[in-house]
Amino acid sequence: MPILSAVNLRTHFHTRHGVVRAVDGVSLSVEQNEIVGIVGESGCGKTVLCQSIMGLIPVPPAHVSYDKMSLDGEPLHTADERAMRAIRGNHMTMIFQDPMTALNPYMRISDQIAEPLRIHRGTRRADALPKALDALKAVGIPQPESRIRQYPHEFSGGMRQRVCIAMALITEPKLLFADEPTTALDVTVQAQILALLKELQARYGVAIVFVTHDFGVVAGLCDRVMVMYAGKVVESAPTAALFARPEHPYTEALLRALPARAARGQGLRTIAGQPPDLARQIDGCAFAPRCEYATPECTSVEMKLSACGSGHTTACLRMQKGEIGELGNRGAE
Amino acid sequence: MSPLLDLCGVTVEFATAESGPRRGRSRMRAVDGVSLSVSDGEIVGLVGESGCGKTTLARAIVKLVPLAGGTIHLDGRDMGALSGAKLRAARSTVQMIFQDPYASLNPRMTVFDAIAEPLRVHRRLRGKALVEETGRLMESVGLARRLVRKYPHEFSGGQRQRIAVARALAVRPRLILADEPVSSLDVSIQAQVLNLLSDLKNRMKLAMLFISHDLSVVRYLSHRIAVMYRGRIVEEGDAKPVFETPAHPYTRALMSAIPVPDPSRPFRPPPLRSDALSAGTLTHGCRFRDRCPMATEACAELDPKLEALHPSSSHRAACLRKHEKPA
Repeated sequence: MPILSAVNLRTHFHTRHGVVRAVDGVSLSVEQNEIVGIVGESGCGKTVLCQSIMGLIPVPPAHVSYDKMSLDGEPLHTADERAMRAIRGNHMTMIFQDPMTALNPYMRISDQIAEPLRIHRGTRRADALPKALDALKAVGIPQPESRIRQYPHEFSGGMRQRVCIAMALITEPKLLFADEPTTALDVTVQAQILALLKELQARYGVAIVFVTHDFGVVAGLCDRVMVMYAGKVVESAPTAALFARPEHPYTEALLRALPARAARGQGLRTIAGQPPDLARQIDGCAFAPRCEYATPECTSVEMKLSACGSGHTTACLRMQKGEIGELGNRGAE
Repeated sequence: MSPLLDLCGVTVEFATAESGPRRGRSRMRAVDGVSLSVSDGEIVGLVGESGCGKTTLARAIVKLVPLAGGTIHLDGRDMGALSGAKLRAARSTVQMIFQDPYASLNPRMTVFDAIAEPLRVHRRLRGKALVEETGRLMESVGLARRLVRKYPHEFSGGQRQRIAVARALAVRPRLILADEPVSSLDVSIQAQVLNLLSDLKNRMKLAMLFISHDLSVVRYLSHRIAVMYRGRIVEEGDAKPVFETPAHPYTRALMSAIPVPDPSRPFRPPPLRSDALSAGTLTHGCRFRDRCPMATEACAELDPKLEALHPSSSHRAACLRKHEKPA
């Protein structure tokens, strides 16, 4: 049974310019012990997706709807604020891109890390503080006994993110959303944080949804990847399969645009045009205007995610017509 | 022939207290004796973590921050000795492209005004010639002439960065200082700007100091690489040897820290002992020794100089143990 199961999630914002379909029919399922990566460019809806599940999107102006949503078998009602408060920060936690704004500058690290225990478990302060110290040790902060009495501004960016991780894991949640947690950090610090997440994930068995725009991070960390474009999932696959056989033209184009995968002096492949305005009604495939394989049919047929390999799905008309994928090339397995 | 840009012992200091009783008492060395050269048509990549002084170095080259020591020669002229009209003339040899194209273009100026301004000031173009040259510059960065009457907010990030490139090219510079020009852009857009810069390199033989923290981008574009750490250059050489056989432990850590978009390559964190900001400020010996996996007692006493690995080699590193294999 998956830890998280969300079916057909939609988050629409009602704005003066029309209805912006930030997340438009995304289904997400995360198993225990699994790290699922969500990749895509700015504005594709990856952050809104996580915040919608966490119940962090203010309603209104947003409208969040879904067919089914459950956390560890229990139905999740994101609209019920009282119920969400008992779950958020307890069974389901989140770490953010900027660890400075995620921490309260007026609170000592000790009280911030202990806060979830005190609120959700009713633990007394005297009992919670030793646990906070253990959590600080677990995330590898040197001299934890003295550092725990300090304030966030006395920590570097990487150390602050470690504090956020300690805070997010102290209640032993079932699911952790990590929204670009290393984007604001230097590469050497990023590498240390990623190693820490991987280690903690193995130790506590927490499932992680990792949002990033960096394919390098995905390759090193995630078990499975979902690629998002214009509020929809266009491809979902085990990490190795995605890099070996990207089936959606958008995934393929993104991978070809990476300088790390190109030879020096060889031109990078670019993607013509720009992502669509999500306030406009999009018929058919949202990527079709920029796609090199597009046919006139692409803008009229509704795209569905369909299987193209083991655990590998893609929302491309060529797949639906059996032109690509393992099924198309090798016959049904 | 002397190189186009020649830095010798460039040092920049900032007062750590701008006001109050401690004003002027303590100073922080952001750039600490950097010597580096860029030849005509050459792209030199400058890499390092945030706060290592790479942006300050670029700003010092165009005299946006004063030098505390050292000299900067641009096309054979000493920038420190120039002022007034001569400085303005020298400045048109070098142009800067900044990280954030949302901040570097004036939102109240049309693209035409933004590109025409340097043409008016430096090349004294007026009327038809001005319109013609502006249009030509737009086309040279892959944008249509007719877009010239639009405002920056009507463009995407990648297009804005191209406008910034067009504006930099307006004064026919020989050297471009590109300070993280693609770091704020998405992958597909980043590729467009990198292709443009690579194209300019081939077509116009522009020299470039390309500053980035992203090694894969630097590797893609640069002929030569300089790695900076806490205000100093710790390794420098042709791109290939620096990437394939890095000699400084910091360069090696930087390389191993880059996430590679290849799931078959196992991910291993770099062997560093602490992160840059939580490490203290060292004032003697090797500045990297508190994080270095290879540090010995000698590293605390001797200040390693940037020296060639072999007498005939252009590959230089500032490490006492540069000839040893990594542990």
